[in-house]
Amino acid sequence: MDLENQARINALVEEHGAENIVVLLGGAEAEASGLAAETVTVGDPTFAGPLAGVELGLAVYHIFELKDYVDETVWDEQISMMEMVLDVDEIVEEVKSFRDQGSKYNK
Amino acid sequence: MPKAVIKGAGYALIHANDMVVTHGTTLTAEAAKNPDSQLFSDVAANLQSYEETVAYPPNQCYIGNVTPEELNNLPKPWYENGLENACRQGKMGEVMPLDEFIGIMKICDSFDLVMIEKDFVEHTKKALEAHGMFSAEEIATIGNGHDLEKIEPRVAEHKADPIMFDGKLVGCVKQAHDSDPNLNSHIMFENMVAKASGVVALKNLLIKNDIDPESIDYIIETSEEACGDMNQRGGGNFAKAIGEVAGLKNATGSDTRAFCAAPVHGLVNATALVSSGIFKNVVVVAGGATAKLGMNSKDHLKKGVPVLENAIGAFAILVSKDDGVSPFVRTDAIGRHRIGSGSSPQAVTSAIITDPLDKINLKITDIDKYSVEMQNPEITKPAGAGDVPEANYKMIAALGVKRGDIDRKELLNFVKQHGMTGWALTQGHIPSGVPYVGFAREALMNGEIKRAMIVGKGSLFLARMTNLFDGVSFILEQNTGIVEESSFSKDEVRSLIAESMRKLGESLVEDKE
Repeated sequence: MDLENQARINALVEEHGAENIVVLLGGAEAEASGLAAETVTVGDPTFAGPLAGVELGLAVYHIFELKDYVDETVWDEQISMMEMVLDVDEIVEEVKSFRDQGSKYNK
Repeated sequence: MPKAVIKGAGYALIHANDMVVTHGTTLTAEAAKNPDSQLFSDVAANLQSYEETVAYPPNQCYIGNVTPEELNNLPKPWYENGLENACRQGKMGEVMPLDEFIGIMKICDSFDLVMIEKDFVEHTKKALEAHGMFSAEEIATIGNGHDLEKIEPRVAEHKADPIMFDGKLVGCVKQAHDSDPNLNSHIMFENMVAKASGVVALKNLLIKNDIDPESIDYIIETSEEACGDMNQRGGGNFAKAIGEVAGLKNATGSDTRAFCAAPVHGLVNATALVSSGIFKNVVVVAGGATAKLGMNSKDHLKKGVPVLENAIGAFAILVSKDDGVSPFVRTDAIGRHRIGSGSSPQAVTSAIITDPLDKINLKITDIDKYSVEMQNPEITKPAGAGDVPEANYKMIAALGVKRGDIDRKELLNFVKQHGMTGWALTQGHIPSGVPYVGFAREALMNGEIKRAMIVGKGSLFLARMTNLFDGVSFILEQNTGIVEESSFSKDEVRSLIAESMRKLGESLVEDKE
């Protein structure tokens, strides 16, 4: 995950508390989405950014997991095209596995 | 409105292995953190030689010797299947070795900032004489060079950036000011390379299409660098600087910036200047970026792939008034990502692909070929970015399914038929739509295709000024051969005739009365 985004997430957690934060991913690919989920749960696996060794344990979901929570028209306008193109199952499975392992809140 | 046509395209790659190590940001960032890093020797050991770079099939495609269709059928991985008897000169461009290019950097040096070692000067002059791109007078401006003892201390004191060739110091680019950070040696080096590589592409366009440099009226430069000093960091102007070296005596010009989308913005602007009658010949040109050399080298090394980002990319495209044969730009269907469009991939794709098609009642399948972000997948896949053009084609196809233009089960067929494999280096603006313009011109002129769409996309958020995305597109179409010289449009003529007829009718009625 981008180092600057790691710093921003860290700052938001300090301000609002980890239990009040949900990270919503929009990654187009399973590996990258998984890396992001890993970073905000058990820490930056590349040990390059501010979240290296920091176990935030945040709740993390991919937008594809939250279809039921999104207005149908908005989903159709903004996401349905990518839903047709991407490997939704693979992405969801990858993010879920990191959430199951590392999320402490809002699972 | 008179048509604006694509009159020619020129492309250049500069083999720049030494610059990967000295000026690619992945390597310079590593040097700042860990000067003794293993990465430097690992990268140096995994770079393609000049001959391998010439023979690398995607590079042969970039300079026009292999078509995108042929490239797709060549055995993969391409980096293990170099083409035999590959030529550095292509139909539309060339792959230039670094020793020649260093001489051209000196030819481009208006402020005596480039120093080259004496023996290397002799070497580069001979190479340039044999090449034939520059005249004897131009080559003479390289001068006699300097002793290495004069160059080394400047580099050691960080008052100059090193110019290396085969791992040896052969010159430097000096800082242009003692304290101005925008004129430091690093920025001067980057800008000098952008300027000189732009010149090589422009010269290829002019020479290979037999275009008189003095016929060019205007230049739009669309790279991703900025030249200026501390009071105007992006003051400009690369366009005139490049045009000056290439002998475009009658042209003025300006720089257009929009990240990777800038070349397509440039072509849209050029089209407007030509079809409005303001200018007859407008060149859109861009040099390359040293910063992006070896950008994904860490991932390439991890996956056992050579460091393929070892060349600087450049291009030049001429937009001219209608000649009756060259493909023309449909000015009634320019796609643009509006500020209010939204930044989701779906919103972007609708704004730049389907909105312009709707304007002229075309279906997604009415465009034979889409040229999107044409990055070479051998570079992007090992870096985790996937196959970028293929992802773009899938998005276009999915939108086609949603609109009912194609059936869902035809999605992958659409990708095959209307898409292409990528071949361009990951130099930001270089892969963005423009690599196919030369091929599109040929395919439209020989009747292989009827329409192509050229798409540019840009990640504006990288500059931290806006979170917006950007994109523009235009459609190229076969020329009908009917040249519209008049400044009246058909509709205007029709309405004038209708008005006259009406008046005539009224006067006849009055006479009768």
